[in-house]
Amino acid sequence: MTVSLVIVSHSQKLAEGVAELAAQMANGKTVIATAGGAADGSLGTSVDKVAQALAKAESQDGILVLVDLGSAGMAVEMALESLSEEQRARVQVSSAPLVEGAVVAAVEASIGRSLSEVAEAATNAQALNKFPSEE
Amino acid sequence: MPVTTEQVIAWIQRSAAVLRENREYLTQLDSPIGDADHGVNMDRGFTAVMDKLPGVADKDAGTILKTVGTTLVSTVGGASGPLYGTAFLRAGMALAGKVELQESDVLAALEAALEGIIARGKAKPGEKTMVDALQPAIETFKVSLGAGDPLKAALAKATESAEQGMKATIPMLATKGRASYLGERSIGHQDPGATSAWLFLRTMGG
Repeated sequence: MTVSLVIVSHSQKLAEGVAELAAQMANGKTVIATAGGAADGSLGTSVDKVAQALAKAESQDGILVLVDLGSAGMAVEMALESLSEEQRARVQVSSAPLVEGAVVAAVEASIGRSLSEVAEAATNAQALNKFPSEE
Repeated sequence: MPVTTEQVIAWIQRSAAVLRENREYLTQLDSPIGDADHGVNMDRGFTAVMDKLPGVADKDAGTILKTVGTTLVSTVGGASGPLYGTAFLRAGMALAGKVELQESDVLAALEAALEGIIARGKAKPGEKTMVDALQPAIETFKVSLGAGDPLKAALAKATESAEQGMKATIPMLATKGRASYLGERSIGHQDPGATSAWLFLRTMGG
């Protein structure tokens, strides 16, 4: 088992797309669950969907949650409140950029890093340079 | 005269009707600075609340408001779901077990709701949010009750303060919510959340 990821986005397509990209890097070793869109599938976030994704991603090694915009964070916060203290202690929420954070986190999780290491790597993904200058 | 649970239910029903009437208006306000879904979301949420109300009509005010809160959380897709959901949940907790509400209970519920919104959204006054309508309104309500005004008069004054607070959001620069991504483009628009907050208070007094 490894650290699992939960991808929360206002868009179902975006959540699934990010999960697809991240899964490619994880070689099938890491559970990546998604909570995309509002309850009816329109753009938005759903506390219930986040709670379901958290249940699906349940792992003794912990879960890292990555979010896209504003209210996604609030939906995660509410979903976490419905968990037991013990379950909540195994979840970390990341402020990392969604795509870079998810990809980096998937790699780190797949090689068996701990939750705090995976979370830190995701946070550091913020500094990834997409156009490295030639040295 | 105390407020009965029938009156609480009637307020929720009227709120649902008012949100339905203002669906396009709230969505219009939300389109230049948000994701153009506030009216639709609130209407969807309160349509679901209307379905749930008959099941709790004979319960205490706390249970009724908590049911509204959980329904909003699971049916409103935008930030207003967790925000108003938390507001109703906290108000419900403040009124747990009560079937008759004194003026002080109404104040306690409103204060709990505001605290819930602030805790959930981490918003302060002046950030172009529902807090800008609710905070001055509840302050006015408290002062008015303290001065001996009856509930209805205190609610009327609170509604006026909410309206002023709502209008004061127009020149504000948003630093919370989707509007904050727009930076200076958010200036010059009235905040939709502050507007729905004012509608709730106006409906409570009317």
